[in-house]
Amino acid sequence: MECKFVPSVCSYCGTGCGVIFQVLDGKLVGTLPMKTHPVNEGKLCIKGWNLHEYVNSFLRLKYPLVKTFGRFIKVRWDEALQITADRFKEIIETHGPDSVGVLVSAKITNEENYLAQKFTRAVIGTNNVDHCARL
Amino acid sequence: MTNSITEIEDAGCIFVIGSNTTACHPLIARRIYRAKEKGAKLIVADPRNIQLSRFADVAVNHRLGSDVALLNGMMHIIIRNAWHARDYIADRTERFEDLQSVVAAYPPDKVSAITGVSAENLERMAKLYATNPPAALIYAMGITQHTTGVDNVKSCCNLAMLCGNVGIASGGVNPLRGQNNVQGACDMGGLPNVFTGYQPVSDPDVNKKFSRAWRKNLSDKPGMTITDMVPAMLDGRLKALYVIGENPKLSDPDWNHFNHALKNLEFLVVQEIFLSETAQVADVVLPAASAAEKDGTFTNSERRCMRIHKAVEPVGKALADWQIISKLSTVMGYPMEYNSPEEIFDEMAALTPKSYAGMTYERLGLNGLQWPCPDREHPGTPYLHKNQFIQGKGKFHGIEYKDPAELPTDEYPYFLTTGRMFAHYHTGTMTRISPHLDIEQRTGYVSIHPEDADKLAVKNGDPLILSSRRGEMEAPARVTPSVTPGTLFLPIHFGENPTNVLTNAEAFDPLAKIPEFKVSAVNIKKLRA
Repeated sequence: MECKFVPSVCSYCGTGCGVIFQVLDGKLVGTLPMKTHPVNEGKLCIKGWNLHEYVNSFLRLKYPLVKTFGRFIKVRWDEALQITADRFKEIIETHGPDSVGVLVSAKITNEENYLAQKFTRAVIGTNNVDHCARL
Repeated sequence: MTNSITEIEDAGCIFVIGSNTTACHPLIARRIYRAKEKGAKLIVADPRNIQLSRFADVAVNHRLGSDVALLNGMMHIIIRNAWHARDYIADRTERFEDLQSVVAAYPPDKVSAITGVSAENLERMAKLYATNPPAALIYAMGITQHTTGVDNVKSCCNLAMLCGNVGIASGGVNPLRGQNNVQGACDMGGLPNVFTGYQPVSDPDVNKKFSRAWRKNLSDKPGMTITDMVPAMLDGRLKALYVIGENPKLSDPDWNHFNHALKNLEFLVVQEIFLSETAQVADVVLPAASAAEKDGTFTNSERRCMRIHKAVEPVGKALADWQIISKLSTVMGYPMEYNSPEEIFDEMAALTPKSYAGMTYERLGLNGLQWPCPDREHPGTPYLHKNQFIQGKGKFHGIEYKDPAELPTDEYPYFLTTGRMFAHYHTGTMTRISPHLDIEQRTGYVSIHPEDADKLAVKNGDPLILSSRRGEMEAPARVTPSVTPGTLFLPIHFGENPTNVLTNAEAFDPLAKIPEFKVSAVNIKKLRA
């Protein structure tokens, strides 16, 4: 049996409590508060203590899906990406880059937000990028 | 936040307005309680009786949307009693006259009539805030989600500057961010008018710098906000939408309106960890890894950038969002070849000189660093505006009170406000599938005061129909004195009782484009079985 403790940050509210994920044989089994963390000093709220539960949910999306005749079908990554790229390119060519919008997320990492706005600005060619801080 | 979370503990006075801190930011509420133990004074202004109200030295329920009047009223009293920080105002701020002339017209009797807060309580609030330095002002969406959101924020800043509370430890103006990386998403340029570190897309030098770094000529025309995108979807200007890690179908201010807009799109891609309400109507759904399944950084409310570490492999074929975006970009003919999030972070830091430039993964360690952190030797910045405001002088704004977009009428006689409850989070996609959180609260509800419940002969659990000018929805009653008579409260987490059927997409702040989720006029009826 292999047991790991991995430091991370809670992904619920904007407080940013330090957590430690407990991993047993590659499976996430628990969340502990980080004692030394300056924000939470070894404490967590009810959401934080149960942070690992959503990760393991059976409802997690596991495959790319494409809607065909009103129903989702599982596809391979290369297919999903090709379809998405083709449709974006088609719409940009016909209606211009400002006909595309991107909503980035207050849940994904800084690196991913950086890439998402870079993608919008450099690849799509528009500044139509926003997120749900207002909501 | 201008200041840090730990500093709250050492405040002389804490003024909480429009934040149900114990439910929404429990580990920040802990600091408030610690401060209280050390002798700090606590003022709570909220339309509801929240848990913090019980521990406050003064707790008031001001009428929904009357924040500017309340704050102007406090400042009126502070200036009248000469409790304001005259030297600080002279040295560090400008346009004090603007504020003075406006708040002169907000005497306690007038403010009392607008807000419903007694003149006596106004005097007590003003005195506690002004005479117990350092005073920390804490707010959340109760201040911002209004048609006067920007005015509300400016009024908070006015009050803090008036008493010399900006630029000192344990003081400041402290908005609490609702999501783990709202701060980061803004810092990273996830906004239509700025690149990373709030560098404007329309600034020619900035635009040139990014165009060169990304080897592409970039548009200098600010794009659409989410509030602009919805009408653009409806009138056909916006044809395709790529939604990453969001559920706007439940978080957007007007469900019917937004649904209609989504149907008008030619192409909708949703990148998500669950098949959310929005993902269900997408053309393509891309499965993303969760925060426990990838490396990267988050930036919290106090501007602290912190590392997250990959604990487990992603489920199924899910990929980290940075991998999906890189691959999609490459397929579209713009190769993005990153081996790790660290390479992306270094690229970003190099382009963000004032705030993130001094950060590296190695320097972040376990505790992270608070921006501004401009160089490799810089220790980070626990509180902003020390000795001098970043923009030079702190500017006062004279702000007049304006009514919210909707006030109760004969047809819609109740005020409705919305928010979170302790066990759940935002649209509930993460918390409602978590067994230990689901068990705390399984269904939506509407809080109603016992007086109103008596009038309608409503008992706990009775199904009610709520209607507004936009639509109607159903929710079981929760009879509780936590709301005031004439006001209802709905939690936002429950897709089967969607609050945004009722809330108003037409009412938003003209500058910040934030919708007025916190105030709607509604009617209620008991649902006959």
